[in-house]
Amino acid sequence: MLRFEMVGLRYDRAGYTPPARGRRSAADRRSGESRPPGRRQPLPEVLHDISFQLDPGAFRWLLGPSGAGKSSMLRLMYLAVRPTRGRLNLLGTEVTTAPRTALPGLRRRIGVVFQDFRLLQHLSAFDNVALPLRLAGRPEGQIKADVTELMRWVGLSRYLDLPPAMLSGGEQQRVAIARAVITRPALLLADEPTGNLDDAQAERLMQLFKELNRIGTTVIVATHNEQLVARHPAPALRLSEGRLVRVDRDA
Amino acid sequence: MISLRPSGFDELGLRRALSDRVLPLLVAAMTFLAALALGGWFGIASLSQHWRTGAGSALTVQVPDAQASAAGLPGTRLAAVLSLLTGTPGVASAKALAQDELAALLRPWLGSAGGHLSVPIPAVIAVRLNEETLDVTPLARRLASAAPGTLVEDHAIWIRRLALLTRSLQACAGLALIVVAAVAAAVVAVATRAGLIRRREAIEIVHGLGATDSYIAGRFAARATWLATMGGVGGSVIALPLLLVLANLAAPFSGRPVEPGDMRDALETLPPGLWFALPCLPAIAAAIGFVTAHGTVRRWLRRLP
Ligand SMILES: Nc1ncnc2c1ncn2[C@@H]1O[C@H](COP(=O)(O)OP(=O)(O)OP(=O)(O)O)[C@@H](O)[C@H]1O
Ligand SMILES: [Mg+2]
Repeated sequence: MLRFEMVGLRYDRAGYTPPARGRRSAADRRSGESRPPGRRQPLPEVLHDISFQLDPGAFRWLLGPSGAGKSSMLRLMYLAVRPTRGRLNLLGTEVTTAPRTALPGLRRRIGVVFQDFRLLQHLSAFDNVALPLRLAGRPEGQIKADVTELMRWVGLSRYLDLPPAMLSGGEQQRVAIARAVITRPALLLADEPTGNLDDAQAERLMQLFKELNRIGTTVIVATHNEQLVARHPAPALRLSEGRLVRVDRDA
Repeated sequence: MISLRPSGFDELGLRRALSDRVLPLLVAAMTFLAALALGGWFGIASLSQHWRTGAGSALTVQVPDAQASAAGLPGTRLAAVLSLLTGTPGVASAKALAQDELAALLRPWLGSAGGHLSVPIPAVIAVRLNEETLDVTPLARRLASAAPGTLVEDHAIWIRRLALLTRSLQACAGLALIVVAAVAAAVVAVATRAGLIRRREAIEIVHGLGATDSYIAGRFAARATWLATMGGVGGSVIALPLLLVLANLAAPFSGRPVEPGDMRDALETLPPGLWFALPCLPAIAAAIGFVTAHGTVRRWLRRLP
């Protein structure tokens, strides 16, 4: 399902990591034009020797102080960056050696709630949530039914037509959550998903995550919110300065 | 009511990132230039074709002192030359130009007084040949012995020079077409790159949600194709009246009657090949838009993981 073996991550200056194998393309080299001049030495490694394994249907908190590398670790798992070293296996695919063309299909099986939502500002809330289904080529009738129902569930029925800019932070976060779960992904990753929610909404969100987890979705939630963790005890992965310092197993 | 029209679904915001102003305008300008180059190509082709068939099978024979009696033959020198010509195999007809035809020919050089000049003017015989490849040297020798001083002007050398000029002009028109196509591709590439940079965040989000490179490239290519087609149609339509005017100006040279003002006749003066080539321009513009945008986006996307 999910296996890290001695994974290390070092960002390049464009914010991506180079492909694990092979030479860099001409396009990659040209992206160097945005680099600050005279600062060519590589950035420091931000994740070191990460090794752990998760079975399907697991639930994990991802904990650690700010800057420990929680978001970076999630980025590896939703394929926004590739490991600079080590081996990473996601949903049965060896990410480190897989060709680039194998990744989009894998990404469609992974739902992500971003720390900064990453909604498309020129689309309505409805279209934002419908986007993953449309990319997957689902029929439009099914899309309408599914999106409408999920939006009712997260309490946004009245805002279907509004662009994200006209929603509050918490409402935007709920749109982002709806977009992440609309495809019933096999792996659900959430980065600080309760940051903009009040306690009641945060509880509701946790119920949603637990429900998805109960029907088989693997869920990993990165958070600082120790109260939330205390209210929902579950195994945790704890990071400190880019190293895994605690790996709980399923009870 | 929720808008549920995925055909108009613009998740990358390309309607604004690739605006419908600049790109169609530039492509229209390129298409306009291409249409002029095409017009030049076909115009040259049809003029040279006309001249070749008109002049290719013709000789001009000048007989000085035409009314004097011929050496050793009955009748005038002119009559002797004419009878020799009509007796030569390969000659279809030989006709001495009348005095007023000659005057008309000379008028551009001598003015309207050309008809009453006191200078002796040689008689001119227009000869039409059955075959283009008649060897004129022995003929010229025989004519000169009948009427010394008679000149035979073979048009073949002019045909060769004309062919060379035609081919060079057509090569220039072809070169212009290639350059225009390359510039159009560059314009599309630059516009696409600007669109990519403007929509970088949306592209990264859609890419992160599992869109393939060909999906994203296809979205850009569809937009660029549409804009290039609009530009192509616009440019061709604008070029049409100008081409008609040029074709009308060229009509006298290709032997068509000039009847200014009649639109239907004007349309007929366009070389037929152009009627086929002109509608191809928007299609070619569309193809350039599609291929260039697709390639540009795909190359750019390779930087994403
Ligand atoms: N795009 C990037 N390019 C270069 N360095 C980065 C990039 N993103 C993060 N980093 C670095 O990686 C380290 C870990 O950052 P990360 O965002 O993973 O921490 P985090 O645990 O999510 O922190 P927080 O709880 O504040 O969100 C930091 O030192 C940060 O500077
Ligand atoms: Mg973070």
